Amino acid sequence: MQKYSVFNLIKNALSNHEKWDLAWKDPSPKKEYDVVIIGGGGHGLATAYYLAKEHNITNVAIIEKGWIGGGNVGRNTTIIRSNYMYDDNGLFSEFGMDLWRRMSQDLNYNVMFSPRGIINLAHSDAQMNVYARRGNSMRLNGIDAVLLNREQVKEIIPMADFSENVRFPIFGGLMQPSAGTARHDAVAWGYARQADSMGVDIIQNCEVTGFDVSAGKINGVRTSRGDIKAKKIGLCVAGSTNILAEKLNMTLPIETHLLQACVSEPVKPVLDNVVTFGAGHFYISQSDKGEMVMGGDLDGYNSYAQRGNLPTLQHVLTEGIAMMPFLSKLKMLRTWGGIMDMSMDGSPIIDKTHIEGLYLNCGWCYGGFKATPASGWTFAHTIAQDRVHELNAGYSLNRFNTGHLIDEKGLGTKTWIS
Amino acid sequence: MRSQNEFSYGGDASVKRPLLNKEVSDQEWDNFVYNRKSLRGKHLELWQHISGCRQWIKVERDTSTHEIFRTFKADEEVA
Repeated sequence: MQKYSVFNLIKNALSNHEKWDLAWKDPSPKKEYDVVIIGGGGHGLATAYYLAKEHNITNVAIIEKGWIGGGNVGRNTTIIRSNYMYDDNGLFSEFGMDLWRRMSQDLNYNVMFSPRGIINLAHSDAQMNVYARRGNSMRLNGIDAVLLNREQVKEIIPMADFSENVRFPIFGGLMQPSAGTARHDAVAWGYARQADSMGVDIIQNCEVTGFDVSAGKINGVRTSRGDIKAKKIGLCVAGSTNILAEKLNMTLPIETHLLQACVSEPVKPVLDNVVTFGAGHFYISQSDKGEMVMGGDLDGYNSYAQRGNLPTLQHVLTEGIAMMPFLSKLKMLRTWGGIMDMSMDGSPIIDKTHIEGLYLNCGWCYGGFKATPASGWTFAHTIAQDRVHELNAGYSLNRFNTGHLIDEKGLGTKTWIS
Repeated sequence: MRSQNEFSYGGDASVKRPLLNKEVSDQEWDNFVYNRKSLRGKHLELWQHISGCRQWIKVERDTSTHEIFRTFKADEEVA
């Protein structure tokens, strides 16, 4: 594989950048693989990369219905954090933070990881208490957390509304200074390029039409480009999980919902951090191009449409303007939607299934992007070793049956209700 | 035509609560509380006219196009 470096940049400049290698190949599917990963998004690509890198399993195919990186890894608001209270979520995400910090070097691809800090705003004394508790839990797990009072928040984000006569005055906030953002497309492309270089076949425009299961064991997958045999298959398809589950006669604790995001026109640098509104569901950061990147609630009904409706967008932006009134002066540049695999406790599933050789990775709700490296790493381990790693042991499929839910937000079974 | 703003979503309308006058297995409760088909295409679901007459209704809606086909009263059996 051609290394990306200043030296190679200069060398290729002399030939008008016409002689760069392709970043990944476009192979036809082989008859058989050791492992087939379904879904060429961030998690699927990362899984293939770690299968090759950590477990020396390179006879691997990623099959993707559309094109790699065209789903949620290209549709998120690029936030990376590990500000969770529960051990299962905190330790898993903090393991991921370590992978994020090294990612550009590991992948030889600039993912523009920017640890700019995230601030969750609090709007009441009770919320400050809750944040203090969460911050303490985070610090016990080795995750950085700082409880900010009103004056400290004002120093960091003076453009927020600190006037007295507002419905949701800012009391303070919980900050994770090491959280941040990354360039989402680069993450997909970086993993794809390295996986490809280690022998993984990335097969695009290849839709799964069925599975070959016999005697409780997976034998392969039927696709629009022919049947592919595989000893092991990993499902990594986010919002399309239920569609594939139906082909396997499985019913999962997952509903597919629609989540919108938007960006404003680009403006000069105004916001250094990621900030979330504490009295609703709204989050904002400023991209390197200057656009304000914003998101919030789900549309709230089952959907596979990948495009949303106006009421939710209006609702979310109303919260944004309540928090930072200057946003009302900005023009909207783009809005889009993605389909989320909403699990019934708000936490993901990375586990084996009742079918031998079939592994499941889903339920990422609002937090799929930041989990990309840790999800790929633990899913690769689960597939390669045929057993879960301690980092994803809590993300079991049967926890709904046994009652060991990881209900971080305390929302119960309807994680899309706010 | 009523605005979408007036309505609130209530989830899959095909889910049935297990009858309480018989022994209910863990699996039945699991299916009732957590497991969902979450179909792509025609989906029968509950909505409440929350900023209006507050009635619950059943709606047959396409989850890939958002097209609404039919509506029913909440207690109406759907063939």
